[in-house]
Amino acid sequence: MIEFRSVTKKFPDGTVAVRDFDLVIPSRKTTVFVGSSGSGKTTLLRMINRMVDPTSGSISIDGEDTSTLEPVALRRRIGYVMQNSGLLPHFKVIENVATVPILNGVPRRRAHQEALTLLDTVGLDRSLADRYPSQLSGGQQQRVGVARGLAADPNILLMDEPFGAVDPIVRAELQVELIRLQRDLDKTVVFVTHDIDEAFLLGDQVVILETGGLIAQVGSPSEIMAAPTNEFVANFIGAERGKRALSIRSTGSGDILVDSSGRAAGILVAPTAPDAE
Amino acid sequence: MNFLIEAFQFIFDPANWGGSGGIGVRLVEHLWVSLLVVVIAAAIAIPVGFLIGHTGTGKSIAVIGSGGVRALPTLGLVTVIALSVGIGLTAPIIALVVLAIPSILAGAYSGFEAIDRRTIDAARAVGRTEWQIVTAVELPLGLPLLMGGLRSASLQVISTATLAAYVGGGGLGGFLFTGLRTNDYPQMLAGSILVIALALLSEGFFAILERVTVPAGVRAGLPTSVRARPSRSRATAA
Amino acid sequence: MNWVANNLPLILQRTGDHLAIAVPAIILSFVISIPIGWVAHHYRWSRGTVLTSIGLLYAIPSLPLFIVIPLIVGTGLRSPVNLVVGLTLYGIALMVRSTADALGSVDSNVEQSASAVGFSAWQRFWRVDLPLAGPVLLAGIRVVSVSTVSLTTVGAVIGISSLGSLFTDGFQRNITAEIYTGIVMTILVALVLDLILVMIGRALMPWIGAVSPRRAARNARAARRSGEVTA
Repeated sequence: MIEFRSVTKKFPDGTVAVRDFDLVIPSRKTTVFVGSSGSGKTTLLRMINRMVDPTSGSISIDGEDTSTLEPVALRRRIGYVMQNSGLLPHFKVIENVATVPILNGVPRRRAHQEALTLLDTVGLDRSLADRYPSQLSGGQQQRVGVARGLAADPNILLMDEPFGAVDPIVRAELQVELIRLQRDLDKTVVFVTHDIDEAFLLGDQVVILETGGLIAQVGSPSEIMAAPTNEFVANFIGAERGKRALSIRSTGSGDILVDSSGRAAGILVAPTAPDAE
Repeated sequence: MNFLIEAFQFIFDPANWGGSGGIGVRLVEHLWVSLLVVVIAAAIAIPVGFLIGHTGTGKSIAVIGSGGVRALPTLGLVTVIALSVGIGLTAPIIALVVLAIPSILAGAYSGFEAIDRRTIDAARAVGRTEWQIVTAVELPLGLPLLMGGLRSASLQVISTATLAAYVGGGGLGGFLFTGLRTNDYPQMLAGSILVIALALLSEGFFAILERVTVPAGVRAGLPTSVRARPSRSRATAA
Repeated sequence: MNWVANNLPLILQRTGDHLAIAVPAIILSFVISIPIGWVAHHYRWSRGTVLTSIGLLYAIPSLPLFIVIPLIVGTGLRSPVNLVVGLTLYGIALMVRSTADALGSVDSNVEQSASAVGFSAWQRFWRVDLPLAGPVLLAGIRVVSVSTVSLTTVGAVIGISSLGSLFTDGFQRNITAEIYTGIVMTILVALVLDLILVMIGRALMPWIGAVSPRRAARNARAARRSGEVTA
């Protein structure tokens, strides 16, 4: 469990990225911070592994105040995945994945062995192990980034718009992959995005942020969709535009779902998936 | 530190300033040779550099040539030319011109390169002739880097002109070599201090000149000096 | 050619002398420039001060510098150490700026990411910043190498033995072939050292130029396209 207690972050240039922020992030769930640029979502994420220190307030992980922990050691037990994968261009794929275990003193040979297993976990072929990041596609690089984030077997995985720079098809694949991984690995995932659809797809808990780290609404995707607390949220999730206000329309060949402007948006099926909300 | 005091005594002794081998004459010689060399080198390198910059051709030849000249030891050049043309000023002048050309050339064509091609296209589009583009657009905009090249070349030439005395060409180097022959370290030191002072003065002079000649609107946002870049060297030989 | 054939041992001897001065100076200027360049890069306030004073150092003419150094360092005027010190100073003058630029050339996203996964500042410098600054550092040290090899010859006029001695000796004894030999050998030494530096660079930075065939083809296409546009 990660807990933010009245956290404020003011940067030296005077901008207040986050003001008096309170939130509990439950363990073994995916929490998504979603907001436009300037909403402080990345700053919030970076405060968890002390890449950024709060100006006031406190953050605790499983009851332990992070300000009492050594930042470098803290970062080594928290996975971090960022946009453009953040891989080290001069390390081979296998070395990138094994970075943190090696920093933690795991013998190189064993770290590389485990890294190979992680390549399987994230769905990459082991033959890519000896390539450099520049020799991979954007989607492959992002998978390596996830593998690196998982390498130290952290309880917490921080993901900073990890799929922001890949094309929509690859992004969809990676999102599905992440859902599968999360089901298997059961980590506490904190995910930052500006894409509300991604937030609803991945999040157990979605935190919609306004400028300055103000929480507009916290809840499960269905809670938020069913009852946006205010106009800002409604706007943000697209309810106002009617994208999410679907209705059934009968056509000659069967029933379809249409949005408020009458465009076909989907079909109605019987609930089969056990994890449907 | 005694040597240093003696060296300054040498410099400030009025007796050492007059006469044919005095500081006055040698200072003038040094400056005159340096000026002559920079003018000759500029007369060759600026037109060629503008041609390369304006047309965009021949750049690789210029780069390779300049690199080659940088590896060329100036002392070798001075002595080998002196053996064929004889003792005196001719050999050092030729060698120094060869030495000075790459910096000025680089300043001239990189000045052109630094200009946004769209600015030139725009000038062409509004109907300026090629000559007008050179004089009205490329020259003023390329000036900062050209000045940098001239500054770098002048520094090299003033430094290296010290070697002229080795082949009988006069200049402040004379004190160095006379001192060396007669084991007169204070005199060598005095000559060295004078050359160093002259080089630093030249740097200061160009720093001021760059400020005065380059319009503020152009100076802002442009790299102002060729010699400030790590990729360029001057293989100064003295 | 006769002169060369008759004087091979002398040429080798002078080449050895030359290398014994130039190589330590190149290595020392590289090693010393790294901490100074790091300071100039790391502390914004220091950049202007450090780079300007270093630039001033470069404005000092070399022959006079070689004459002043014994006064400061206490070496003999004709000692090779004198020359090594002077050439190192020149090397530093060039290399500090290169080092600051090189460290500045490292992608800040990569630096952030290295910190985020738990590199300490010290580890990040050695394992991330320095290797990634490699290409620019290499370009800098290649310039230093060429310039040092060329400058080493100047020491000959004050009696410090190097390939430059072939110039002074040839000049005094009126042997043109000896001077030409010196020039050719100096350039050759510069070229060989340059080649060695490039090879060291390739060995230490295997990730440079490691590009997938598909990407290479795409780059080539892009280059052709931009060529067409400007043509």
